Amino acid sequence: MSWLDKISGSQLLTKGVRKRNVPEGLWTKCDSCQSVLYRAELERTLEVCPKCGAHHPITARARLNHFLDPESRHEIGADVTPMDPLKFKDSRKYTERIKEAQAETDEKDALVVMRGQLIGLPLVVCAFEFGFMGGSMGSVVGEKFVRGANACLEFGVPLVCFSSSGGARMQESLFSLMQMAKTSAALAKLSERGLPFISVITHPTMGGVSASLAMLGDIHIAEPRALVGFAGPRVIEQTVRQKLPEGFQRSEFLLEHGAIDMITDRRELREKIHRMLAMLTHWAPAEA
Amino acid sequence: MNLNFLDFEQPIADLQQKIEELRYATAGSEVNLTEEITRLEAKSQELTRQIFNNLSAWQIAQLARHPQRPYAMDYIKTIFTEFDELHGDRHFKDDPSIIGGMARLDGRAVMIIGQQKGRDAKERVYRNFGMPMPEGYRKALRLMKMAERFNLPVLTFIDTPGAYPGIGAEERNQSEAIARNLFELARLRTPVLATVIGEGGSGGALAIGVADHLMIAQYGIYSVISPEGCASILFKSASRAQEAAEAMKVTAKDLYEHKLVDEIIPEPLGGAHRDVAAMMASVKSRLIANLERLRRVPVAQLLSTRYERLMSIGAYETKH
Repeated sequence: MSWLDKISGSQLLTKGVRKRNVPEGLWTKCDSCQSVLYRAELERTLEVCPKCGAHHPITARARLNHFLDPESRHEIGADVTPMDPLKFKDSRKYTERIKEAQAETDEKDALVVMRGQLIGLPLVVCAFEFGFMGGSMGSVVGEKFVRGANACLEFGVPLVCFSSSGGARMQESLFSLMQMAKTSAALAKLSERGLPFISVITHPTMGGVSASLAMLGDIHIAEPRALVGFAGPRVIEQTVRQKLPEGFQRSEFLLEHGAIDMITDRRELREKIHRMLAMLTHWAPAEA
Repeated sequence: MNLNFLDFEQPIADLQQKIEELRYATAGSEVNLTEEITRLEAKSQELTRQIFNNLSAWQIAQLARHPQRPYAMDYIKTIFTEFDELHGDRHFKDDPSIIGGMARLDGRAVMIIGQQKGRDAKERVYRNFGMPMPEGYRKALRLMKMAERFNLPVLTFIDTPGAYPGIGAEERNQSEAIARNLFELARLRTPVLATVIGEGGSGGALAIGVADHLMIAQYGIYSVISPEGCASILFKSASRAQEAAEAMKVTAKDLYEHKLVDEIIPEPLGGAHRDVAAMMASVKSRLIANLERLRRVPVAQLLSTRYERLMSIGAYETKH
């Protein structure tokens, strides 16, 4: 136990992910290196530990707020809300899970989409909210993604998506599965129109999201140490009945196997994506 | 006859056994039990009808996975002529869990792609239980693109528990292999006709399932994750797969009601495996009829209809 724990008790500390219901502490501890960090400092570094570089989860909105220029932002599909087409119930009703996730995240579903500018360059950006039912893709996520892609077609601008998702949402079963086809079809349209799509793969990106939109970028950028794959490690371990190699399905593993173009620190994504999009779209800042 | 009855078919199995016994008893004897046998056979039919009119989602899942169910290769060999199998993804290897090639349907050339399970233990291992590797999907993509180039319609037969979850599959980017097929199928400039003949297991099925017309056999299933997988995650135990199958609405009837499939192909009483010839005949006639219709649609219209249909899938509402 650190000296800080002893003197302050748990009231002052929040761990890892921020939760709205939990009173916010001034201090927080990095799950990775155990350093005690000033909460405000960690927000400035986009939830990346300034000591060890571990990338902690960041909310979709915090990400977009940082990523887009402050002026001329328009949210897309903010009014699209989930339904329960299958009247799904496991240990709890799907409708209850939705309500709870909405209360916890302040989002209607697991994807936030905005049109705006990145250092002056016009684009559309999507970000998955992992806090909303594990960032799972159901009808709303698919529809909002497509509306984002349609805005790209309408304004002739590129698309960037930050994915972070457990995969397709089981509670909407085949409706969710079909969102894989729907989002992929929209990306095919973008490709035909010569509009770039940069897929930023963040921790974790699995299953139906990995096996659709996330792997269809012109450029794939992963954050360090992100878990990325089709099947979850536990499922693979049970199937092949052997121990998985160290670092299996992490960004570094994907880079080595040729699945992604690069691994980039979250704090450098703005600059890097801007300059690559500028080249791909032959964009130059307007003369002053 | 070894009919391999499922649990819920036990009353039928018992009755069938009684009929067999009577047949055996009458063979070479003076007693004529023909009338009795006929009566029992009618009863057996009636019993089968009753049981099959009230199948649960889980019972249908068992039928979809029935070891005697016709597989893709059975359909190919019976329905088509001049089939030549084409192998390999040209990069890594040939994946036997996906088969493909050209053949003629009612005289016309088509491209066939299907997922293939194995019939006996040895073949099951060889076919990897119908769970494709990335190279299987890349072979399928190669054949789709070839079909597009040479103006052949693509017919797919879906029957997989899912794409294979293994180390090599991840190393070779299973996700990308599936995603690429979704991307390319959405804009493939030739008619695509997909049929779920057994199990439609998630993205592994969808990767050959984006189509102009999607059919499913009456006792086929199609879902985002296997009932067992869903049960182990949401119901905290794989043994609750029955409830998960019910909850996910995996059956042909449910999917049709939600407009997620376009057509149900009726199966013979007791399931496709009870009368394979009849099943083949009805699948063949539906393939021919749908292909006839799709062939007449100009490519641009075909593609825009396919696209609009994909865009329309989803259950959501708009409110502030």
